[in-house]
Formats: sequence, C-alpha cells, structure tokens
Amino acid sequence: MANRQPESRIWIFAEQRSGQPADVVFELLGKARLLAAAPGWKVGALLIGHNVSGTAALLENRGADEILVADNPGLEDYRGGNYLAVVDRAVRNYQPDVVLFGATAMGVDLASRLAARLRTGLSAHCIDLELNEKGELAAVIPWPGGDFLGRIVCPRHRPQMATVSPGIFDVPRSDFPEAEVLTIDGALNSDRGFYRILEKKPEERKPGDLENARVVVVGGYGIGARENWALVEELASVLGGVAGATRPPVDEGWVNADLMVGQSGRTVHPRLYIGVGVSGHLHHLVGVKGTELKVAVNQDTRAAIFDHCDLGLAGDYREIIPALIAALKEPRAGGDL
Amino acid sequence: MEMIVCIKPVPDPKQAGKMTIDRETGTMIRRDVPSVINPLDRHALEASVRIRERHGGRVTALSMAPDDVLPVLKESLARGADRLVLLSDRRFAGGDTLATACVIAAAVGHLGTFDLVMCGDETTDSGTAQVSAQIAEFLDVPNIMHVDDCGVSPDGDLRLHSRNEEGAFTAEGQTPMVVSVTADINEPRYVTLMDVLDSEGKEVLILSADDLPLEESWIGLEGSPTRVLELFEPERKSRAEMLSGTPAEQAAVLADRLRRLGFRNG
Ligand SMILES: Cc1cc2nc3c(=O)[nH]c(=O)nc-3n(C[C@H](O)[C@H](O)[C@H](O)COP(=O)(O)OP(=O)(O)OC[C@H]3O[C@@H](n4cnc5c(N)ncnc54)[C@H](O)[C@@H]3O)c2cc1C
Ligand SMILES: Nc1ncnc2c1ncn2[C@@H]1O[C@H](COP(=O)(O)O)[C@@H](O)[C@H]1O
Repeated sequence: MANRQPESRIWIFAEQRSGQPADVVFELLGKARLLAAAPGWKVGALLIGHNVSGTAALLENRGADEILVADNPGLEDYRGGNYLAVVDRAVRNYQPDVVLFGATAMGVDLASRLAARLRTGLSAHCIDLELNEKGELAAVIPWPGGDFLGRIVCPRHRPQMATVSPGIFDVPRSDFPEAEVLTIDGALNSDRGFYRILEKKPEERKPGDLENARVVVVGGYGIGARENWALVEELASVLGGVAGATRPPVDEGWVNADLMVGQSGRTVHPRLYIGVGVSGHLHHLVGVKGTELKVAVNQDTRAAIFDHCDLGLAGDYREIIPALIAALKEPRAGGDL
Repeated sequence: MEMIVCIKPVPDPKQAGKMTIDRETGTMIRRDVPSVINPLDRHALEASVRIRERHGGRVTALSMAPDDVLPVLKESLARGADRLVLLSDRRFAGGDTLATACVIAAAVGHLGTFDLVMCGDETTDSGTAQVSAQIAEFLDVPNIMHVDDCGVSPDGDLRLHSRNEEGAFTAEGQTPMVVSVTADINEPRYVTLMDVLDSEGKEVLILSADDLPLEESWIGLEGSPTRVLELFEPERKSRAEMLSGTPAEQAAVLADRLRRLGFRNG
C-alpha cells in the first residue's frame, strides 16, 4: 500500500484533451517544482484519460518526480463523476499534502467536487502560492473590493487545494530530470452519476488571440456606451493588437464575455497594455502580466491604475483616443519607411 | 419538473466602486451599496421558469442569506418562482464555499425530491464558481457548468448544451441533476408592476439551522476549511509618469513614444 510514506507530496492535475496537455499543466508543474524545493517534497502529476501514454511522455521532464497515470476507455471524455472517482481514490491512497488544478472549466468542476467529497478547503483563482516549512500552503487571491490581496490558508484539513488560472505562472525554461511513470487504478465501478455526451465541437473562436497578443487595449466601464466601443477596437487595430475588456463592459453587454481580462477572465502577456477608462482594481490587473509598457488613460487623476502603470494620460478618452489614433495613422515625420 | 434555483444577494455590481473593505476582518462594508440578485442567478431563474411554462412543475427560489435582504430576494417571485425559501441563521455566517454548499444541499434534501437544481456559474462578489458543483457533490448527483441551453427530452431527460474555453458539447442526463448557467442561456424577462403585485401572495418559507439536518461543525466559520490569514497591499509600480498638456498634446507624445518603441511602423 502506498499509505504512510515519509515524503510530502504536491500534486498537480495534468488536464488533457485528446491527449494534449493543457498549457496550464506546465505552468503548475513549474510552480510546484519551486514550492517543493525543501528536502522530502515530491511533485506528482495526475494524468487521467484514455490512451495517454504519449501524453505522459510529454510531461516526463517538465518538473514532476512522478507521473501517476489512470488509463481506461471510460476516461476518454471528462464527465465529472468518472474523473472524480479516480482522483478521489488516488488522493486517499497517496495522501498528497497539496493538490493544484488549472482554473479551467474541467479543473474548477473537478476540484470543487473533490474538495466537497474530501471535505477540505479549495482556494479559487489564485495568483500566487506559498508553502512554509510546516508544509502549510497559503494561496494569494485578490480580495473583494479590489485594493487588497488576501492570503488564504487551510489549517486543519488535507489536502490543501487551489485552482490557478492559465497564464499566471511562467513555464520554466529548462528541462528537469525524468519522472517516474506509475500506473494507478482507473477503474470505474459504475456509470451511475455520469451524463452522456451526444456531440462535441472544439472551440471555433481561436482561443489565445488575446493571450498571445503583443498589444492589448482594454476598454473599461469609463467607455460609457456600446457605440463608443469602436474606438477601443480601432486603437487596438492601429497598433496591430487585440481589444480586451474589464468586467463592467461585459456585464453591460457591450462586448462578449470572451474579452474579459482578469481574475475571472483571461490572463494576457502583452508587451504593451493600454487601459482606457479602467480604474485599476486588482481583479483586473492580476490578468495583465509581463508588460514592457503599461499605459492608462483615465479622467480621474486619483484612479488607482496610475499607481500600477508606467505612463498616465489624464483626461477624457473621447478626446485623447481619437487624437492618438490620428497621430498613429500619420505617416512618420521624415518619411523613412 | 420540480426545480430549485439557487439565488444569492450580492452588492449591486454597478455600484461596486462604493464598496469598502474592513481590513482587519476582511469583510465588506456594504452600507451604501444596495443588494441585488446575482445577475447570473436571474438567468437561472428565467431558465427554470421557462421549463415550467412548457412542461409544468414548480420553481422554488432558494437562498442562504441574512433575513434583511428578503425584500430583494422577493424579486424572484415576481420573476416567476412559485415560492421562496430563505435559509437564514447567524450560525451560517462566515461560511466558505464548502459550508455554503453544505447548507444549501441540506435544504434541497429537506424540501423533498427534486429534478433540477439551477445555479448561476458564478457570483459577482466572491466569484469562485465552486458552489454549484459542490452542491451537486453533497447531493450525490451529476452536474454540468457553463450551460447555455437547457431543455427536456420527450422521455423526461435533460438535454443540455454547454460551452467553455475548450469548445462546446451537448449532453443528456437523467434527473436529478445540478446545472449552472451562463448569461447566454436567455434574456431574463422584464418585470412589470403587475408581476410584482401578482407575486405578493406567494409562499415564503424561512428556515434556520435547527430546521435542517446539519451539524454545527459543518456550517459557518466552523464548517469552513479555509481561513483568511491576512490582507495585504500588492506591490505597486511607482506612480506613473503623467503626461501633461491638452488631450491632443498628450496623445501626440504617446504616439511618438509608441513609434520609437516599435509599436507602430511607418
Ligand atoms: C471575485 C471577483 C472577480 C472579478 N474578476 C474580474 C475580472 O476578471 N476582470 C475584471 O475586469 N474585473 C473583475 N472583477 C471586477 C473588478 O473588481 C472591478 O469591478 C472592475 O475591474 C472595474 O472595471 P472598470 O475599471 O472598467 O470600471 P470602474 O471601476 O467603474 O472604472 C471606470 C473608470 O473609468 C474612468 N472614466 C469614466 N469616464 C471616463 C472618460 N470619459 N474618459 C476617461 N476615463 C473615464 C473613471 O474615472 C473610472 O476610473 C471581479 C470582481 C470580483 C469580486
Ligand atoms: N448563499 C447562497 N445562496 C444561494 N445560492 C448561492 C449562494 N452562494 C452561491 N450560490 C449559487 O452558486 C452559484 C455560484 O456561486 P459562487 O461559487 O459563489 O461563484 C451562484 O450563482 C448561486 O446560484
């Protein structure tokens, strides 16, 4: 039996679809490796699916000490209960101290049910994770209100669980020693509690447009009306970038929810970020990483965003943005093309 | 169809800017910000009411909240719910998603058999998107999130369409089930004064912890595995360099810098 091993374990859920690991898996492995720096800690990747030996190979030198594989035709598609049965059993057998999931559709659903089944704590959409010498995990999240971050702990229950949005942690550059691949029990005792999938369609909109954009122009509530949104898009397009939004424009129905940047939305990594009519709540700003230049246009000089960016333009965007677009469209002075 | 819709009162997102936080306790000071029904929960209500209109049954709106928000929650009756059940008890306060889902699931069980529990995908105040799946787990029934279409097949099964970042799928499942919805599922109806007046005689049931099969150690702060260790201020960049001049002058300076940094050619 695998119980009562002297090691401490951090597990990450190695989400895959059609054998392709989700990007967030590599990000979580990188972070888990950093957290597990103290002696006695092991990083495990929990890989569940059907015909996933090729997937295990892709994960072999990405930071895990062991890859625990459950392979079974009944695990082909995620249907809630089927994955839950396997993860639940594995957690009870190996008793990891920490289990991390990507804050993806699959990860959030599975982690939530698992936490309820094990009656343990789950921190949602963390932006950082810390592990102290006692093996206690602190999860950092933006606190409601938007000005503070909170450290959430789970003092008396194990495992300690958290979800992390894709794009929050960096993928380590270097390779790691090869992981040991272990087979774990993937049996499903019954089909009870699963739904049937009748039809699947992969996402037709290209995900990653916003995530991979070099320039992101975010429009906020300050844009004020749907008809003004065109200005945000025009600026983005003049700069060869992509338009994003804070939450209020989504709530107002000015733009599709896919455009939302932040804790509950997408994480972007542009070289240039321009926030237009954005006040600067942390829930939004945590979704903007690794910029070279961050610019804000806001008519309120006290707006918090001016404390979080490089360059500020104070004024009404309805005057500034059209002038900016016009200036960017002008041929360069001196004519050297 | 016996349907239960979970609705949570949240500070009006349109006035979220006015909300302040007590840094010591981490609690929101809601004084000046009125509560509303969580926007996605209105979509869940609408979806359930439409199912009842086609297939018959009953819609119960269910909320765990302090009783002073009862007037806000009564909007669910005007929106077509047949009755409102409020779970209100000081001992529920301070619950995390686990303790919240535990109380709601206990109440669902207490109310009798059900076919469908509908939730919003997430709330605007805590936004964990964890509660619906946890309710399902406590009830030991399947759940599907991100549902943007929900119907009933001739043999009484649920037909669901769900769309997430990876793609979309259609699924069929037997009742009972827990479903959480996105805003794409419908356009909640416009509530008229007549709807409000018509809803006045509808049943409102208030339950406390004593009415439900719950242990003290499962609810409120005691039943919450997670704890807030502390709140802290994030690292800030130093204050931005502020451009000066008229809007046109500022725009010209920015355009020039963006060009020099290579963000615009030609
Ligand atoms: C759990 C949780 C998760 C959340 N997740 C996200 C998320 O993922 N993404 C997200 O964006 N938000 C999220 N939020 C909401 C977030 O806290 C803020 O409410 C939101 O980011 C504010 O958006 P905003 O800055 O556009 O609007 P506001 O705060 O209303 O700011 C509008 C700004 O526009 C300025 N302005 C107005 N008119 C003009 C004008 N004519 N010219 C120039 N400036 C003008 C104003 O001065 C103001 O500063 C979340 C909240 C919670 C509680
Ligand atoms: N206190 C509550 N009372 C009733 N329903 C709730 C409560 N908290 C959460 N829910 C339901 O769970 C959904 C997801 O909430 P959350 O996990 O907090 O983002 C909400 O849209 C509601 O349908």
